[in-house]
Amino acid sequence: MSDIASRVKAIIVDKLGVDENEVVNEASFTNDLGADSLDTVELIMEFEKEFDIQIPDDQAENIATVGQAISYIEDAK
Amino acid sequence: MGLKRVVVTGLGALTPIGNTIEEYWDGLANGKSGCAPITYFDTEKFKTKFACEIKNYNPTDFFDRKEARKLDKFAQYAIISSEEAIKDSAIDLDKIDKFRVGVIWGAGIGGLETFQEEVIGFANGDGTPRFNPFFIPKMIADIAPGHISIRNGFMGPNYTTVSACASSANALIDALNYIRLGHCDVIVTGGSEAAVTIAGMGGFNSMHALSTRNESPETASRPFDATRDGFVLGEGAGALILEEYEHAKARGAKIYAEVVGGGMSSDAYHMTAPHPDGIGVVRVMENCLRDAGVNPEQVDAINTHGTSTPLGDVAELKAISNVFGDHAPNININSTKSMTGHLLGAAGAIEAIASILAMNNNLVPPTINHTTVDENIDPSLNLTLNKAQKREIKYAMSNTFGFGGHNACVLFKKLDE
Repeated sequence: MSDIASRVKAIIVDKLGVDENEVVNEASFTNDLGADSLDTVELIMEFEKEFDIQIPDDQAENIATVGQAISYIEDAK
Repeated sequence: MGLKRVVVTGLGALTPIGNTIEEYWDGLANGKSGCAPITYFDTEKFKTKFACEIKNYNPTDFFDRKEARKLDKFAQYAIISSEEAIKDSAIDLDKIDKFRVGVIWGAGIGGLETFQEEVIGFANGDGTPRFNPFFIPKMIADIAPGHISIRNGFMGPNYTTVSACASSANALIDALNYIRLGHCDVIVTGGSEAAVTIAGMGGFNSMHALSTRNESPETASRPFDATRDGFVLGEGAGALILEEYEHAKARGAKIYAEVVGGGMSSDAYHMTAPHPDGIGVVRVMENCLRDAGVNPEQVDAINTHGTSTPLGDVAELKAISNVFGDHAPNININSTKSMTGHLLGAAGAIEAIASILAMNNNLVPPTINHTTVDENIDPSLNLTLNKAQKREIKYAMSNTFGFGGHNACVLFKKLDE
């Protein structure tokens, strides 16, 4: 697993209180990992902080799964 | 249509002297102090270095980690104490009309620590407003009853009353009114506060409101003592289940007491200082007695607001002498804040509970830490100093007053059966 992927997954485990095994690339934050709309906003903010990037709202809307978050951040870095 | 009768059928408490009703009563009866050096933050530069914190508290004993992170402590305390009270009431949640169950909660401030941490985070940043999306819903004072209703499905009236240190007494009176008017069958009421924080201690300290007896924290809260030097900040929660009498009787509920009256008034005088003649305080007790249809001579016990401040304690006792006249020396007067500290918006709730438990145990908890007689206090008054006193109580009164000049008073009656 890339460094970015492991850091993204660690944030998701911490913020959503889910088991590490559940945090697979296909997992949807809302459908699979129990996030509500505020949890999703918090996750995006944590990604911004951790990787020192800005994720505009219109692009944040397209980040719905673990894999989408990892590839967005990999592209942005 | 006459007014319905309202009774108390469940209790819950999370206090600096006990984390359940049983522990709380044990602490009250034995004159235990909940005060100790502050553990939450570095107090080196603070004038007051002690408070009445909740002891042995671990949020993950009650909430999973994700849930706990989204709840300020004042909301955690509210949920925990209300769940104890609901369980104690033995109400079968599947058998009641949840549209007729309300939650009316008191909080003087709300999520102060959450507000403080988010603002500190912003101040330490580069000016980008990275506020957590849970900041507002964690902090707002009404979120406590919101959570209680979400967890239990209670769909009746739901809000928080805010009147500083009278907040939860106001909540109790509102609950009494909705039930006796026939709008609700059951209301979960009470209050919670969690202001032992940098901002809370710093703010009250700069008002010169807090005791600075750093050399002896456990004796710092000494209401009515000549050497009192301010209140001791406390935190925690108290919860009461108020229920319409026939509704309670029909399900064979255990009944602790009847809530027979509530009084409210305002000093209309000063932001924080009590009125020197105690006009508002006299009026609130008179209003309460009139509301209950009870004569002053019938009252056996008064749990005072008695915060251990130089002005407030004397003004309240003068008001009691004024209202109760020749009967005043017969009343067991106490201040349980000598033990719990001042729980601000939760004070009215935990003190109402203290009055109810005193009634049920025929024992008036003491005003501890008394050493020196204050010559400004009428020596004929029985302030229940230092040791609990046995007493049959038929009517017990509880006073609470808040910054802003808010006064609230509640009267409880022991049922005859």
